[in-house]
Amino acid sequence: MTATAKIPNLVQPPPGYEGHGFFATTLDKAIGLARKYSIWPLPFATSCCGIEFMATMGAHYDFARFGSERPSFSPRQADLLMVMGTIAKKMAPPLKQVYIQMAEPKWVLAMGACASSGGIFDTYSVLQGIDEIIPVDVYVPGCPPRPEQVIDGLLKIQELVKNESLRKRHSPEYKALLAKYGIE
Amino acid sequence: MIPHSLIQEKITTRFGNDVISVEEEPLYKALVITVHPEKIAEVLKFLYDDKDLQFQFLTSLFAVHYPERKGEEIAVVYLLHSLWKNTRIRIKTYLPVSHPEIDTATTLFAAANWMERETYDFFGVIFRGHPHLKRILNIDSMDYFPMRKEYPLEEGTRMDKDDTMFGREKVIEKS
Repeated sequence: MTATAKIPNLVQPPPGYEGHGFFATTLDKAIGLARKYSIWPLPFATSCCGIEFMATMGAHYDFARFGSERPSFSPRQADLLMVMGTIAKKMAPPLKQVYIQMAEPKWVLAMGACASSGGIFDTYSVLQGIDEIIPVDVYVPGCPPRPEQVIDGLLKIQELVKNESLRKRHSPEYKALLAKYGIE
Repeated sequence: MIPHSLIQEKITTRFGNDVISVEEEPLYKALVITVHPEKIAEVLKFLYDDKDLQFQFLTSLFAVHYPERKGEEIAVVYLLHSLWKNTRIRIKTYLPVSHPEIDTATTLFAAANWMERETYDFFGVIFRGHPHLKRILNIDSMDYFPMRKEYPLEEGTRMDKDDTMFGREKVIEKS
């Protein structure tokens, strides 16, 4: 590497004013940028999608390069709930409890056909999509999805995180959405 | 192996008319003993204690729903194994779906505990004397017995399934 080689600019700064020794932008853009590259996911893996997620976490696909270095197995410190696999109706109350225990702001990604719609398990014992019990931000189709699709889903989540207004979680629409699911 | 004729002889001399039939089923030549449901505990105890038989291992316990058998819709089946002579038999009893009650086998087999809970969970069979008869696999708030054939297997709330893509016609059109 020569001294003149350019360092790749991985993260574009948000629009703002730049001068000698300072950069000014709005607070929600700065916070959105910080949040976007430090999403801590909680893997709620119940079946084969969980195996595919393990491949996504591994060195080959390296989920960590998007700022998700630390999968959080405690809902208290998690930002993103990744639901991967078939959710039986008996599993629905624990899943909802995990979602409630997560601190705001929080996002949900439904990975695979089962978490999104029940998939092939159109049967009395299986929840027909996790959006029956918790709000979902991004659905990743597939049975199971390839790691590339999971990464694409995470990039979609990142865009949502980056562009989210700081007032969103206090808005009456958001409170009404949670009330629809009987949360809070 | 214990000869089937010996089991048949012992059962019929001990229980007489309380045993409805003792016969080999044609496919696997297994001995199937059909007994009156009120006598199930006695029959199991006899097979357990008899020193020539010693059916002391309960392989499985389950139910089958036959809606076409009026008055005896629910069959409760016990698969017994005599480890001593490596012999297996089937015990069947038939219960009316309106009143499916039978004595528990937990007094004889500890393994029957969860199997009876499962049978209760899916078929609604009440096992009298069971120490803790509650649902074991399904969610507690479920208000029906899903393996009974009058209930649909499918969840029924899906909007994304086109029946013609599954090679079946829509039987009931929405009015």
